[in-house]
Amino acid sequence: MWKWLHPYAKAQKSYQLSGKLLPWFVGLTTTTSIIGLVWGLLFAPPDYQQGDSFRIIYIHVPAAMMAMAAYVMMAIGAFIALVWQIRLAAMSVAATAPVGAVFTFIALVTGAAWGKPMWGAWWVWDARLTSELILLFIYMGIIGLYNAFSDKVLAGRAASILTLVGVINLPIIHYSVVWWSTLHQGATIIKFGKPLIAPEMLWPLLIMIVAFGAFLCALTLMRFRNEILIRESHRPWVCALVTGGDK
Amino acid sequence: MFDAFIQVVIKDLKTAFRQKSDILNPVWFFIIVVTLFPLGIGSAPALLRRIAPDIIWVAALLASLLSFERLFKDDFIDGTLEQLMLTPYSLAWLVSAKVFTHWLLTGLPILFVSPLLATFLSLDMTTYFALFLTLLIGTPILSLLGGIGVALTVGLRKGGILLSLIMLPLSIPILIFSTMAIDAAGYGQPYLGLLALLGAMLLGAIMFAPFAIAASLRVSVS
Repeated sequence: MWKWLHPYAKAQKSYQLSGKLLPWFVGLTTTTSIIGLVWGLLFAPPDYQQGDSFRIIYIHVPAAMMAMAAYVMMAIGAFIALVWQIRLAAMSVAATAPVGAVFTFIALVTGAAWGKPMWGAWWVWDARLTSELILLFIYMGIIGLYNAFSDKVLAGRAASILTLVGVINLPIIHYSVVWWSTLHQGATIIKFGKPLIAPEMLWPLLIMIVAFGAFLCALTLMRFRNEILIRESHRPWVCALVTGGDK
Repeated sequence: MFDAFIQVVIKDLKTAFRQKSDILNPVWFFIIVVTLFPLGIGSAPALLRRIAPDIIWVAALLASLLSFERLFKDDFIDGTLEQLMLTPYSLAWLVSAKVFTHWLLTGLPILFVSPLLATFLSLDMTTYFALFLTLLIGTPILSLLGGIGVALTVGLRKGGILLSLIMLPLSIPILIFSTMAIDAAGYGQPYLGLLALLGAMLLGAIMFAPFAIAASLRVSVS
């Protein structure tokens, strides 16, 4: 496997590979999100309690899941970057962080929009909302740290260390927030629990999760390719790419 | 090896006591922040008593942020840090000595002035005792977590605000468990379990943080 993986530690190879993968992810994103959105927003039955406003689930839940998935991706990248000292892995961390932050932000905004009709308030200090907010703070810290270094090799390593520190901390933060919210104000929140979701609502949701996953990968690949080009801008292959000729 | 630890502690204590105001300023900041709250929200003892633990803990968090700059900055500028890296001892070990000294100079003073603040905020004895215990266990964790943040930002020119961005989200669990323990004590409930959780976090931080700090310092110094 190492023999197979090793060429991709070179910037040019992984630039080409990500270029080949990108159209697939873009295609998957477009098709699944069209199917998922049309099915979810038009054809799925309205919820007996929440009416049509539950349909925001088709954006909210996938965004929240991908916000976490992006962090897991970053943590794996950071681990590889620090243990095997592979520059490209650190670049992938830097490429994923803003995408993850935006997904977190989407999850928070849609969560607030959903909370308004359901809980009667834009914001409640619910455990999941709060830990999502803290996740956003951590993303911001990583992005800020990465941008603060002028030497991007050091920046990548520093951001990787912080990502790994964060990944140890995130479960602790999550559970502390869960306990905090249940002990402090469990009564004020209408607990939905996990409703047994009907299959005709579940299928579009699953499709939307796939769509958001592909979307996350596509955006990350685009940023990753840009990152490679910016960092390697003095290399001959990049110059050749810019001045003429494809790939 | 223990000799090296003690040497670093002594050296840091000596340099710190040359600049006594550096030690006292965060403590004064801590006291002033706590004083602002009664002025802002009114001095009704019942209200103050209820939010006292939260005020004191948030103030302690902010005060510790202010003092972190000192942890590595001077050593970074005058090259001591590079010398520490060249010694045959593990950097993580020497760094834990520095963090320990930092706690002696910032965490302990906060513990010493906490009775004064407890009287300011009309805390009763049992609640104060819980507050003291959480500060005793919690402030070393703050020093260790902050050490990671400082080590990452020490080479940057404007690392101060970034340090708070990095460190504050990570220290949220400490704040939550400490204030929960103090609240439980205030209601006369057992709070040993929460203290034990804080203690577990302290042990985890002692185990892992020095290595993270050492790795970050290597990034910052190179």
